[in-house]
Amino acid sequence: MLQFILKRLGLAILVAFTVSFISFSLLFLSGDPAAALAGETASGEDIEALRKLYGFDRPMLVQYGDWLFSALQGDFGESYYFKLPVASLIAERLSVTMLLGVCGISFALLTAVPLGVAAAIRPNSLIDRVALFLSVAGQAMPSFWFGLILIVVFAIQLGWLPPSGASTWRHFVMPTIVLGYYAMPAIMRLTRAGMLEVLNSDYIRTARAKGAPEMRVMFKHALRNAIIPVVSLAAVQMGFMLGGSIVVESIFALHGAGFLAWESIGRNDLPTVQALILIFSMFYIVFTFLADVLNAWLDPRMRSS
Amino acid sequence: MADPLLSVRNLSIDIPVGGGTLHAVRGIDFDLQRGEVLSIVGESGSGKSLTSLAVMGLLGKQIDRRADRMDFDGVDLTRASRRKMRSLRGARMSMIFQEPMTSLNPAYTIGDQLTEALLLHRNVSREAARDRAVELLEKVGITSAASRLGQYPHQLSGGLRQRVMIAMALMCGPELIIADEPTTALDVTIQAQILRLLVDLVREMDMAMILITHDLGVVARVADKVAVMYAGELVETGTAGAIFNAPTHPYTRGLLRCIPLPGKTERGSTLGTIPGIVPSLIGDISGCAFRTRCEHAVDACRGDIPRREEDGHMFRCVHPQGRRTEEEAPA
Amino acid sequence: MTDMTDPLLQEITGPTPGQLLRKRVFGHQGLLIGAIVVAILAIIALLAPLLAPHDPYAQSLMDRMQPPVFLGGTWEHPLGTDHLGRDYLSRLIYGARVSLMIGVIAAVISGVIGTAMGVAAGYFGGKVDAVVTFLINVRLAMPVVLVALAVVAILGGSLTVVIVVLGLLLWDRFAVVMRASTLQVRRREYVAAAQAIGASTPRILLTEIMPNIVNNLIVVVTLEMAHAILLEAALSFLGLGVQPPTPSWGLMVSEGKNMMLFEPWLVLIPGAVLFLLVLAINLMGDGLRDVTAPENRN
Repeated sequence: MLQFILKRLGLAILVAFTVSFISFSLLFLSGDPAAALAGETASGEDIEALRKLYGFDRPMLVQYGDWLFSALQGDFGESYYFKLPVASLIAERLSVTMLLGVCGISFALLTAVPLGVAAAIRPNSLIDRVALFLSVAGQAMPSFWFGLILIVVFAIQLGWLPPSGASTWRHFVMPTIVLGYYAMPAIMRLTRAGMLEVLNSDYIRTARAKGAPEMRVMFKHALRNAIIPVVSLAAVQMGFMLGGSIVVESIFALHGAGFLAWESIGRNDLPTVQALILIFSMFYIVFTFLADVLNAWLDPRMRSS
Repeated sequence: MADPLLSVRNLSIDIPVGGGTLHAVRGIDFDLQRGEVLSIVGESGSGKSLTSLAVMGLLGKQIDRRADRMDFDGVDLTRASRRKMRSLRGARMSMIFQEPMTSLNPAYTIGDQLTEALLLHRNVSREAARDRAVELLEKVGITSAASRLGQYPHQLSGGLRQRVMIAMALMCGPELIIADEPTTALDVTIQAQILRLLVDLVREMDMAMILITHDLGVVARVADKVAVMYAGELVETGTAGAIFNAPTHPYTRGLLRCIPLPGKTERGSTLGTIPGIVPSLIGDISGCAFRTRCEHAVDACRGDIPRREEDGHMFRCVHPQGRRTEEEAPA
Repeated sequence: MTDMTDPLLQEITGPTPGQLLRKRVFGHQGLLIGAIVVAILAIIALLAPLLAPHDPYAQSLMDRMQPPVFLGGTWEHPLGTDHLGRDYLSRLIYGARVSLMIGVIAAVISGVIGTAMGVAAGYFGGKVDAVVTFLINVRLAMPVVLVALAVVAILGGSLTVVIVVLGLLLWDRFAVVMRASTLQVRRREYVAAAQAIGASTPRILLTEIMPNIVNNLIVVVTLEMAHAILLEAALSFLGLGVQPPTPSWGLMVSEGKNMMLFEPWLVLIPGAVLFLLVLAINLMGDGLRDVTAPENRN
C-alpha cells in the first residue's frame, strides 16, 4: 500500500512538472511575447524595453527555471492588466470556484448514484429509461445553452432565482445544476454498469442464500463494491469541472477563478493565464491522486498488497 | 417412514431466451429424508443447478418456476412469501456454491461474512457469533481460526475459501444443505479432502444434503440416494446401491460405463463414451430426450414415456428393462 | 441409431454472424434514429448553398430581429433574422457545415495521434507504454477549455486554428481506448501465431491488430466528434473560437444572448440544433458500441 502511494505520488509530481513546463511554453506560442504584450502600435524600442523588463531576452529554459522556482514559492509574477501579484488575485477568486466545484460534484453524485443504482436494480423499467434519457441528454447538452435556458426560465420568467452574481446561496443554485449535470451522465452510467456487473456476481447470490434482505444485498453487498470505480471517476470529473467552470462562471457572472481566466485571456494577461492553467491542472492531479489512494484503501485487495 | 424433510413434485423451470422458451427442467419429483444424502448427477446443462436454486428460491426474476408442490418440513415453498423464504434461507436451509473464488464478497472480512447469517436470523451477540464462527472454522479444519476472521477472501487459497463457505453454510445449524459441485473448482488433490469433510459434518450434525455433481465417483462414495438427470428430466432415481448395482436406464448405464469404479470395472477393459450431443431444450419437447443418443431407441420413444417404479427404484423408459429385448427389434 | 429427422436434432444451425449483425443494427432504435438525424444534417451541410434561402452573410439593417414564422414572422425569413438582419435559417444551415467540419477534422487529427500512441503502447508495452501512459496523464491534467481558449487567443481565432487546436487536444480518449483494446487483442493466440510464422511487426499491426480494434475506434471517433463540436461551440460562445461573421452555432447563441430577454428564440434555436446534432452523434456512437461489442456495454 505504502509502496503504491509513493509510486503514485512520484508519478503525480512528474506529471505536475511536465504540465508546468507546457503551461509556461504557451507564452512562446505567439513567437515573441514582448511584441505581443506591447501591442501592434508599439515601436521597436518599446518592445526592446519590455523584453528587458520581463526578461524575455534570456534563454527560454532559464526563464522557465526562474518562473518555476518562484511559482514553487507561491509567486506567479505580476498580472499585466491589474499590476498586482497573480497569486493574490487568484487566491481571492478561488474560493468561489472551489465552492462551485464542491456543490457541482455533490449535486452530480447525489443524483447520479441513486439513479444508477435504481436503474441497475430494475433494468428496462421506467426509472431505467428516465435515467438513460437524462444521461443521454446530459452528454449532448451544451452547458452554456443549458445555463442560458435556466436563466430565461427561472430568473426571467419565474423570477425565483437571481440570474447572476455570487452573494447568496441562491446565486449558486443554477450554476451548480449546470455544472453538476455536466458530470452526472458519466457517473450515472458507471454506477449502473458497475451495479449490474456486481449484481450478477456469485457473492451476491451467496448473500441472498444467507437470507439477507434485498436492501441489505443491494447496499451493503453490491453498492460497496460497485462504488469503488465511481470514486476515481468522480475525482476526474471534479478536475474537469473546475476546468469547465470557466463557461459556467462566464454565463452566471460568478467572479471566480474561471471568470478570471476568461477575462485574462481576453486581456492577453499571460502570467495570470499561465498560473491558472497550472493551478487547475494541480487540482486535477491532487484529486486523482487522492482518489487513487482512497480507492486503494476501499479495495481490500489493494490495501493489503 | 417419517414425512420427508423435502418433497418436490412436478417441478418445471422455464427460461425465456431469444426466440423461444428453454424448458430447462421438466416435471421432476424427488423426496429427501432427514439425515439423508441425495446426489443429483448429470451433465452440465442438465438442470441440476437450476433445481437446487429453485428449492432455495434463488432463481432470477425472469425465470419461471412451477411445481405442484415443494414441501420443506411442512412449508410449501411454492406458496411461501419472500419474507418466509428469507427466514428459511441461511437459517434452516443453506447452500454451498461451486466457485469458492468468487462466492465470497471481496470487500468484507471472513469474520463479517461468517457471522452475517447468524446475526440476521438468530438473536445473538456479536461475541457469540464470533465464537460460533471460530468454532466452525476449527471444525472445517482451518488452523489459527481466530486470526482468520480479520482476513479478506483474496488472502485465502481456493481450498481454504471453500472451507470457509462450508463453515458459513453451517453457521445457523441448518436442516438441509445443498452443495452445488462443491469441489469442482478445486485442485484434484484437495477435492477428496473437502468432500470427506463435508460428508462427515453432515453425518455428525444429522443434516440432510443434496449433493449436485457430475462426478459419479464422488456419488459412489457418499450418497444414500441417487437421482440421474438428463436434459431437464430425472431419468432414474433409487438408492445408491440400486443405481450402481442395477442401473436400468440406458443413460445411467452409459454414464457408469464412462467411469472406472473400484470392483466394477474390469482390469484392462476400455472405458465407454456416450455418442452424440445433448439436444436443444428450446421449444416443445415430447418423448424421451435421450432417444437421439440411445442405442435402444425405437419409434415409441417419441411418444409418452412410462414411469416405472419398483421398491423405490424409478426409471423412465419405454423398455420394461431399460433395454430392447428380442421381440422389440426394429422393423 | 441417429435419426436426422428427429425434431430434437433441429435448431442446431443458428443465424450467421452477418444476419445477427444486421438484426442488431436494425433492431437498435437509438442507432437508427441517431444515424438518420446525422445523415440528414450532413446532407443539409453539404447542400447548404442550394438549401439556404439567403446569403448567410448578407446584412440588412432594415430587417433586423424579425421573428420566426411561428412567432408571427413572414416566410421570407422562416426563422427570422438576427441583430444585423441576416437570415437566421441560412446561418443555421451554414452553421451545420462549420460544426460538422470541425467535428470530422478534429476527430481525424486526434484519432490519428491517439490511435498511433495507444496501439504502440498496447503492442510494445514496456517503456513505450510507460511514456504513452504518462503523456495521457499529462494531457488529462490540462484543462481543455482553458488551454484551447488561451492558445486560440494567442494564435488568433480562425476556423483552421480552432480545428487544429481541438485536434491536438482531444486524442486522450483514443489513446486510452486503443491501448486497452490492443492489450486485449495482442494476447490472443492468432497474434502469437502470426509472430511464430515470422510476420513483420507492421504487418501484424495492420492485419491482425487493427481489424480487431477498429470497432472500438469507430465508436470513439463518433464520441470525440460530438466532443469537438460541443467544445467549438463553447469556445465560440466565449468569443474565443471561430470569429464573426462566420456562422457558428455557438457564436449565434452568444450573439443572441444580449437580446435573450426579449427574443429568447435567438438563443433557443441554434442551441437546440446543436443539442440535436450532438445527441444524434452520441446515440449513433452508443448504438455502434452496443451493436459491435455488446460485451463492452457501459
